[in-house]
Amino acid sequence: MSVNILANALFGGVLIGGAAVLFFWLNGRIAGVSSVIVGLLLGKERLWPALFLFGIVAGAALYYALGGSAPAPRNNFPVWLLALAGLSVGFGTALARGCTSGHGVCGLGRLSLRSLVATLTFLGVGLLTTFVVRHLFGVI
Amino acid sequence: MMANIVALLTGLIFGFGLAISGMTHTEIVLGFLDVDGQWNPSLLFVLGGAVSVTLAGFFLIRKLPKPVLASAFLVSEATSIDRPLVIGSALFGIGWGISGYCPGPAIALLAAPNWELWVFLPAMLSGYLLNWYLMVRQVADNGESTPKSPQSGQPTCG
Repeated sequence: MSVNILANALFGGVLIGGAAVLFFWLNGRIAGVSSVIVGLLLGKERLWPALFLFGIVAGAALYYALGGSAPAPRNNFPVWLLALAGLSVGFGTALARGCTSGHGVCGLGRLSLRSLVATLTFLGVGLLTTFVVRHLFGVI
Repeated sequence: MMANIVALLTGLIFGFGLAISGMTHTEIVLGFLDVDGQWNPSLLFVLGGAVSVTLAGFFLIRKLPKPVLASAFLVSEATSIDRPLVIGSALFGIGWGISGYCPGPAIALLAAPNWELWVFLPAMLSGYLLNWYLMVRQVADNGESTPKSPQSGQPTCG
């Protein structure tokens, strides 16, 4: 584990938290990605969700353009399993009304008990699921 | 106008943070979730760094009467620990633990798409629409009027 990876993780986290604070201070809204996606798909105001999501893509593009490494795909990962995972992430975060950003970054930051329960649940279930998928079924 | 520019720029910072933090790399995310492998604590550093900033920031902002560019703060008033919250978070944890993707990185990865994204992202968007469809049907079955759009009532997050 290189120190550099952890330093980047911490710096990235501070940027994510900083963006969430700016968004709340200026626009008065919670920077929860799943809620913003739901807003874009089904909401009445669609311009700002589109701009926020476009900003996320542009920000990542900027990092990759500056020489940051883009992720490589796993060529042996089962397609059906990835599709099932996507469906479960979309449906689950819509039902729980928040994901890692809405409940994790923002909800914990505003001391919401609901968000604490959500965060502990998806972290705990995530740990368990990864163990089952990787070590019992051997999918990497 | 200004609020839209803020949405774009804060999204940009958010996306840059996601990319540099390593969260678009599934091997880093799953390296955290897989406690039995070569454990990678990155995700804890990302979440810790982010929550340190939001804890301090939200604490100060909450003292303000209103946001700079809007008439009121839009925050969920929900407080109950209900079944949708727990079941939804568990389903999210299952999909996240399988794939290594949560919604933010799945969007950010549009900047460097690969075949995984073209499977995961449409499936995830279908998940949002499926939830909406079931909600509409449930409301219709209960004989209530048309359901509120996600943004007309309570904000959906947090």
